Amino acid sequence: MGMLDMDLTYPDEVQRFAEAVRAFVRAELPSPTKDKVLRNAKLSREEQVYWQRKLCERGWACAGWPKQYGGAGFTLMERHIFDNTIAEEGAPTPNPFGEGMIAPVLFAVGSDTQKAEILPRIRTLDYWFCQGFSEPGAGSDLASLKTRAVRDGDEWVISGQKIWTSYAHFANMMFCLVRTDPDVKPQAGISMMVFPMSLPGITVRPIITMDGSHSVNETFFDNVRVPASSLVGEVNKGWTYAKLLLGYERTGIAGIGHSKRVLRQLKQLAAGQATGSGVLLDDPTFHSKVAAVEMELLALEITALRVLAQDDPPGLEANLLKIKGSEIRQTLTELCVDAVGPYVLPFDPNRGVGLSESDHIGPSEAAALVPAFLEARALTIYGGSNEIQHNIVAKSLGL
Amino acid sequence: MDFVPTETQKMLRDMADRLVRDRYNFEARKTIVGSDDGFSRQIWKQLAELGLLGIEIPEEYGGSGGTFADIAVVLESFGKGLVIEPYLSTVVLGAGLILAAGQEAQKRDLLPKIVSGDMLLALAYTEGQSRYALNHVATKARRDGAGYVIDGHKAVVLGADTADKLIVSARTSDAIADMSGISLFLVDPKAKGVSMRVYVNVDDRRAADIILEGLKVEASALIGTENHGLAPLEATIDRGAAAVGCESLGAMGALNALTLDYLKTRVQFGRPIGAFQVLQHRMADMVMAEYQARSMLFLAIDQANSKDAQARAQAISAAKAQIDSCGQVVGRGTIQLHGGIAMTMEYVAGHLFRRLIALEKMMGDRNYHLERFAI
Repeated sequence: MGMLDMDLTYPDEVQRFAEAVRAFVRAELPSPTKDKVLRNAKLSREEQVYWQRKLCERGWACAGWPKQYGGAGFTLMERHIFDNTIAEEGAPTPNPFGEGMIAPVLFAVGSDTQKAEILPRIRTLDYWFCQGFSEPGAGSDLASLKTRAVRDGDEWVISGQKIWTSYAHFANMMFCLVRTDPDVKPQAGISMMVFPMSLPGITVRPIITMDGSHSVNETFFDNVRVPASSLVGEVNKGWTYAKLLLGYERTGIAGIGHSKRVLRQLKQLAAGQATGSGVLLDDPTFHSKVAAVEMELLALEITALRVLAQDDPPGLEANLLKIKGSEIRQTLTELCVDAVGPYVLPFDPNRGVGLSESDHIGPSEAAALVPAFLEARALTIYGGSNEIQHNIVAKSLGL
Repeated sequence: MDFVPTETQKMLRDMADRLVRDRYNFEARKTIVGSDDGFSRQIWKQLAELGLLGIEIPEEYGGSGGTFADIAVVLESFGKGLVIEPYLSTVVLGAGLILAAGQEAQKRDLLPKIVSGDMLLALAYTEGQSRYALNHVATKARRDGAGYVIDGHKAVVLGADTADKLIVSARTSDAIADMSGISLFLVDPKAKGVSMRVYVNVDDRRAADIILEGLKVEASALIGTENHGLAPLEATIDRGAAAVGCESLGAMGALNALTLDYLKTRVQFGRPIGAFQVLQHRMADMVMAEYQARSMLFLAIDQANSKDAQARAQAISAAKAQIDSCGQVVGRGTIQLHGGIAMTMEYVAGHLFRRLIALEKMMGDRNYHLERFAI
C-alpha cells in the first residue's frame, strides 16, 4: 500500500473531482499516446496538440492560469488533484514552455496586445514556444549570454546562437534572452523577446542525446529582424523576467505527479521480478530503497502543496523543488533499471513503443528503462544546474 | 597481490593502447558499430596477429601461457577505448570455460582456433527468470540415444549472433534452482532447432535471445562431466566479473581524465569552473572512487583464477559491487560536471557512461554481488 495514496483523507467533493478527471482521461486519451507517456517516450507534435485541444474542450487547459486569461479556474486543491491525476493516468504533461513559463511573465509584464494575441494561442497550443536561454558559452553562467539584438528603426536585429533549445523543431514561437546593452554589467543589459520561429535567418539543428532521442537543438540567428513589439516588458529588464520565469520552470521540473506514476510502475515491475526466495519488491534491501524514495516524494508533495497555497511566486521553494524533485526522479529511474536484471541491457531508443506483447525483449517495460535513466541525468543540469540551485539557496540565507 | 605491472604487461598495454589509438577513434568506432557484424573482423585478425587472443591460453594449445593479470591490462585498454569486438564472449568466457572444463579433444580443437582468430564463442547461461543466478536453469537436456535433445530459452547472450559455437548451460537432472544437475554443451548455432533474436545492447555490443527447440547434440558435445557444470560455469563467470571490472576501470580512467580537463578549460563566471569548490570536491570524490575501484580490481585479478571457490566468490563479489558503485560515482559525476555537452551522442563521455551501465549489469549487478558477498 503506497503511502502516497492519500485520497482517503480528501473530502468527498475532492474525490468526486478526482474521479471526474480520471474518467475524462480514460475516455479521451488515445492509447498510443498513453503507451508513449508510460514509456517516457517522445510524443509527436500532433499527439501533444490533440490532447491539449481535448483539455480545451473540457475547460481544463492551463490548469494554473487565472480564469481571466482562459485558465481552468481551479481551487488549489483541484489544481493539485488535477495535476496528479492526469500524470498518474498517463496523460501528457502540458507543454511547459508556453503555459508554464512565458505565460506567467506575460501576465505580469506583457503588453495588452501580447496578452490578447499570445495567451489564447498558447492555450490551444497554436503557439508552441521554445526557450532561447542557454548558449554554448553561457550555461550555468546564463547572464554571460552573447546573442545580440540591435535596434534598427522599428525592428531589432538578432545575431548569435542558442543551445539546448527543447523542441525547437516543434516550436513556432520562441521566448529569447538577448543582449541589448553590451556596456553595462551583464545582468543589466539583457532583454526578453518573443517572436516566430519562421523568421528569415533562424536555423535549427538537432542534437541527439545519449538516450538516442531528439528533443534538444541548436538554434542559430543570422541577422534575424524582429518587430519592436517583440520586446517583453521593458528593455534591459530581461534578467528580472528570466528569474521569474525560471522560478516557474524549476517548480515544474519537480515533476511530482510524474514521480508518483513512476513509483507505481517501479513497484509493479519489482513485484513481477522473481528472485531466489520470492519477488524483488519483497526483498528487504530493495524494498527499503523504494520506501526511502517514497518518503522523500511524500515530503516533496506536501512542500509543493504549501507552495501552491501561498500567494507569492515561488522563491527558495522553487530551488528546493528543483533539487529534490530532480534527485527523486533520478533515483526512481535508477531503481527501475536495477529492478529488471539482465533484460535491461538490450537498447531500444524507441523505448519499446508500438511493439506487440510478443515482440518485446524480456519484460514489456524493460526497453523504456535505460533510456529514461540516461535522459534523467539532464534533470540535475537543466533549469539551472543543481549546483547553481544550491548557490541560490545559500545566497538567500545571507551566506 | 602484485601492484607493479610486469614488463610483459607493460608491453601488452602499449600494444592494446596503440591499436585503440590508431584504429578506434570516435569516427572509426561509429562505422564499426554500424557494420553488418557489429564489430570489425579486420581488427579481430589484428588482435590475433598481435597475440592478444591467446594471452592466457597455454602454449600447448598455441597461446602464450600468461596470467589473468596479463589479460587484465588489455581489457582495461578496451574499456577505455570503447572496443566492442567479442573479446569478453570469446576470449574471457568462451576460452575460459573450455580451459576450465573442456575435454582434451575440445581443447585441442577449439583453443588454437581461438588464438588464431578463427573461432568465436558465446556463453549462453542467462535465462529470463534467472536474473543473475547461474543455478537457475530451466533449459533441459534429455538423453536421446548416445546424445541429448535440448529445449529452452537463453537470454541476453553476448556475442551470440557472430559466434561459431555456443556453450549452453542446461539441466540434465534435478529441479530448476538446484545446485546440481547442470551440464554444459557445445552447440552449433546453425543447427536445426536453434533460433535467435539479435539486438544491440546499451554499450553497442550485440547480444541475442536464443530459442532451443528439439536441438539434437551428440555425446561429444558435453563439456566436462554431466550434472557437474555449475562449478566451472561459476568459475568462468567470476573471471568474467573480474574482466568487466578491468573494462570499468578503463572507462573510469577515461571519464576522469575528460572531466578534469573540462574543469580546467571550461570558463563560466569569468574563471575555469574547476575554481569552484563544490566542483573540486566532486572531482576529488570521482578520483578517489577510481582509486578505490582499482584497489578492488587488484583483489579481483589476484583471485580470478583461484581454485578455492568460496574465497574466490567473496573476493570477486566484493570487487564487482565496489567497482560498480565507483563506476556510478565517476559516470554520473562526469555528466553533471560537464553539463549538457556530456548528454550528447557527439561527445565520448556519454558512450563511456553507457559502457559502465552495461558492465554493471553483466556477470551479476551490484545488488547480486552485495548479497553473494554477505552470505
